[in-house]
Order: sequence, then C-alpha cells, then structure tokens
Amino acid sequence: MSSQNSLSDQNLSLDETAKNMTSEAKIITRNLDFFYGDFQALKNINTQIDAHTVTALIGPSGCGKSTYLRVLNRMNDLIEGAKVKGEVLIDGQNIYDKKLDINELRKNVGMVFQKPTPFPKSIFENVAYGLRVNGMTENIKERVEKSLQQAALWNEVKDHLKKSALGLSGGQQQRLCIARTIAIQPDIILMDEPTSALDPISASQIEDLIMELKERFTIIIVTHNMQQARRVSDKTAFFYLGDLEEYDETPKIFESPASEKTQNYIRGKFG
Amino acid sequence: MSQSKQQKQTIVFTTFMVITVLVSAISIGVFFYIFFNGISVLSWGFFTGVPENGMTEGGIFPAIMGTLILIVGSGLVAFPMGILAGIFMNEYAHQNWFKKFVRLMTNNLAGIPSIVFGLFGMAFFVNGLGFGVSILSGCLTLGVLILPIIIRTTEESLKFIPDDYRLASYALGASKWQTIWRVILPAALPNIVTGVILAIGRVAGETAAILFTVAAYFLPKMPTSIYDETMALPYHLYVISTSGTDIEKARPYADGTALTLLMLVFGLNLLANWYRKRLNKKIKV
Ligand SMILES: Nc1ncnc2c1ncn2[C@@H]1O[C@H](COP(=O)(O)OP(=O)(O)O)[C@@H](O)[C@H]1O
Ligand SMILES: [Mg+2]
Repeated sequence: MSSQNSLSDQNLSLDETAKNMTSEAKIITRNLDFFYGDFQALKNINTQIDAHTVTALIGPSGCGKSTYLRVLNRMNDLIEGAKVKGEVLIDGQNIYDKKLDINELRKNVGMVFQKPTPFPKSIFENVAYGLRVNGMTENIKERVEKSLQQAALWNEVKDHLKKSALGLSGGQQQRLCIARTIAIQPDIILMDEPTSALDPISASQIEDLIMELKERFTIIIVTHNMQQARRVSDKTAFFYLGDLEEYDETPKIFESPASEKTQNYIRGKFG
Repeated sequence: MSQSKQQKQTIVFTTFMVITVLVSAISIGVFFYIFFNGISVLSWGFFTGVPENGMTEGGIFPAIMGTLILIVGSGLVAFPMGILAGIFMNEYAHQNWFKKFVRLMTNNLAGIPSIVFGLFGMAFFVNGLGFGVSILSGCLTLGVLILPIIIRTTEESLKFIPDDYRLASYALGASKWQTIWRVILPAALPNIVTGVILAIGRVAGETAAILFTVAAYFLPKMPTSIYDETMALPYHLYVISTSGTDIEKARPYADGTALTLLMLVFGLNLLANWYRKRLNKKIKV
C-alpha cells in the first residue's frame, strides 16, 4: 500500500517536472498558410499555445477559425484540394512530417464538434470506441467510468450504460462526446463551438467542465459567445478574414485590444 | 376559385384512394385465392414426402430443400461480394469514369430479364467452366442475378449515414477501415438487410435463371454435393402445372406447392423484417 503511494507520488512529481518543462509551447505555428484549392483561408498565422491553457478563437463567421483548428489534427487532409504551407509543431514535432502517423496524431489531439455526434451505439460503447480502435483494451470498464466521471456525466448515465447514446439530451450527448475524447488521453482538445447547439444550462455545464479539464489538457475552443471566451480562456485569438488580427492574454483583448477591428468585433459592431 | 381548388383536391384524393384500394385488393385477392386453393392440401406429409404418381400427388420435400439450398448458396456467393462492392463504391471509389461505369453496369444488370441470366449461366458456368447442371452453377447464376440488388442497397444505405460519424471517428484516431467496419456498417446494417430480404425473395421465386443451370425435373433424393442437380419450388410448380403427366389431376398438388412457395417467401420476409427492427431498436433506444 505504502509503496504504491510513494510510487504514485513519484509519478506525480515526474508529471510536474514534465509539465514545467513543456509548460511552454505545446503548439507552435510558424508562417502558416492554408488553401482550399486557390482560396487562401489562413494567411501567415504565427501562434504559440502553452500547455494546460485554454485558448479561445473568436472572429466573424468564415474567418478561418475552424480551418485553423482542423490544421492541428489534420482533419483538413480529408478535404480535397486542401494545402498547408509553413510549420506546425506539436511538442516540437512537425505534424506535417511525411513519416508522422496521422491516427496517432489524432489520438493525441482530440476534437469535439459543434453538433454532438454520438455514434449509434450504447453509451458505454461510445466511450469505449476510441479505446478499442487505438488498441487500449485493458481496463476498458474503469477507463470508461473514469472518463464519464471527468466529463461530469457519470451520475446521470451510470444505471443505463447499455442504452443507446442517441436517447440522451443534447447537453448530455455533448458531454458524452467529451468523455469519448478524453478516454483516449489526448494532450490537446480542440473544441469547435461546442456549446452553440445547446441550451444555456447545458452550455454552462460544458463551460464548467472546460475549466476543470484545463488541469490536464491543453484546450483550444472556437466560440461566438464573448462572455464564454472571457470566462474560460487564458488567451484569445481574434481571426479576421484569414488573418490572425490579434492574439493576446484574454483580459488584454477584452479590456484594451490593440486593433480597432478587434474592438469593433467584441463590441458587436460586426460578425 | 378556392371552391374549384377544393374540388380538384377532392378529385385527386379520391383517385389516389381508389387506386390504392384497388391495388391492395388485387394483392389480397391473389393471396387469398392461392391460400384457399392450397390450404386443404397442406399436411405434414406434404412437406416431408416426395412426389408420387408421376408428380400428381405426394410431397414436395426435395423442392423445398432445393430452394433453401439455392437461397443459402446464392447468398454466400452474392452477399459478401455485393456488400464489399457497395462499400467500395460508396466509401472508396472517387467520382470518376470508373465509378460511373460500374454504376451503369449494375443498373443494367438489374434490368436484364432473368432468362438471359439463365442462358448466361448455362453458357458460362455449366459449359464454359464445366460445372455442369449443378447446385454450384445455379448458385453462381442466382448470385450474379441478385448482385446488383445487394450492391445498390449497400451503397444507398451507406450514403444515408451522416458524414458526422465518419469525422468523429477519424478524430478519435480510427483508421478508415475501422470507421467503416465499426461505425458505418453497423449503422447501415438495418437498411442493408432490406436489400437482403429483396434478394432472398427474388431467389426463392426465380424460375428462368435455374431452368438450365440447376433445376431437376424429378429427383426425389437429396443432393450430396454441390455438383448435383436439385429440384426447386418455382420450377417444380412450373413443371407440374404445364408439362406433367396429368395436369388436371395434379391441380391440388400444384396449388399446395404454390401456397408453400408463397409462405416461404412471406416467412423469410417476416423473419428479415423482424431482424431489421431488432437492429434498429438496438441503435435507437
Ligand atoms: N471545405 C471547404 N472547401 C472550400 N472552402 C472552405 C471549406 N471550408 C471552409 N472554407 C472557406 O474557408 C473560409 C474559412 O472557413 P472556416 O474555417 O470554416 O471559418 P470559421 O470557422 O471561422 O467560420 C471560409 O471562407 C469558408 O467559406
Ligand atoms: Mg467554424
């Protein structure tokens, strides 16, 4: 018992040092350009995102927020004619390296979509899915339970894990999708307007969850809700027509933005 | 103005109503006609016995077994191939000339009269490959016959599955095949089963395609290998009602055979429907 304790203590301290070492620059993009065919959707984006922070992406529709997010887990690869230029580093590694295992990358960089998309399977199997496809088949039950707890859904579903996930409410489905994502223990979680399809109460549950998850994950969230961006994020990036117009500490962006465009946007003048 | 619009509505509605009732009446009429003609003949002995007295009475066991064998055999030929082809068409093939060509071929294939398949089967499987008139040739011919149905329904069922599932699966680090095998195919299965039902019904009732490839005129003993011939319900029915030794005398025996065939197709439909509902329920509840 005691030896186990000291072991986990040791792990913890190792974790701490690892955290400190990487507390800078989890994600770096350098001179990132992105094209859909001839159309340039991102222009020379330079960002550095630190580990265990929440970064909010804001900006009018069509300015490239989702595109930027999908650059980071290479979901854009699925779009015909998509092209990336520049450098994208995660933990110092270029994720567009030819030798990189794309499924491994996506396992490490999870994604939560705007519309909750549980699979037409049971609640349990939804969370277990990522584990199964990644060959993490040991202690599946425990991992599923833990993920559901971390996603603040366990108490609501623990008695009907075998029921179809499609029977859950929208907010529950979204938390299930978060549980499904964290089950495979990614480092980074990308969220594309995760609350915009939800009612206010479900949305605020997800917000609370995001702030808790920050302890363990690096989170990037696209949102159109300025209050939400303010509440949950450490840094905010304002995109405008494919440019990264302004990128700074969240309080700075909202209290004294450097750019007039940023100011107009957060004051609701356009978008 | 609105009066005449209303009248038009009523006329259109009534027309559709009458047509619907008529169509239902016809199919119910056919069903009951066959049912009441054949029901008095049905007995345990009829199902388990062999034809007697120049096929004017006795049982139809060999024909029932033959039809079941043909269903299973052609299913083994067509289902895996058809489902894989459907997956390929929807998930892998790009929108190009090859896909268009395959689509055209499957559509054409579906429209060809079955006697043509029968002749093809005879030329290719029976003679060309030398399988002879046999269960093997019959199952292959029937398999080719139902292949387009399976391919099309598989393809359509897969198309019906929202891309959200695919994206969500990829985002969890799943490969394309894992995504298809573990998410897309199970979600599409209830609808694929519909295609399978159609195909089975088609095989059970098919006469022309087995005429030259497998069907035996009279063969009371069970086949022992895939190179044997076999009797089959639809062909048996055809024989005893058109070219038997004493057609008039064989009338009740033929009616019983017709009812059996009808019940078999009906029963298989019900079974497959039940299975589809069960799959659907597992997904949705
Ligand atoms: N699959 C695509 N093909 C072509 N153009 C696209 C595609 N997805 C997005 N775009 C274009 O790229 C730009 C940025 O889109 P997106 O990243 O979705 O913006 P946001 O998420 O900020 O609303 C838009 O002009 C959009 O029309
Ligand atoms: Mg978007």
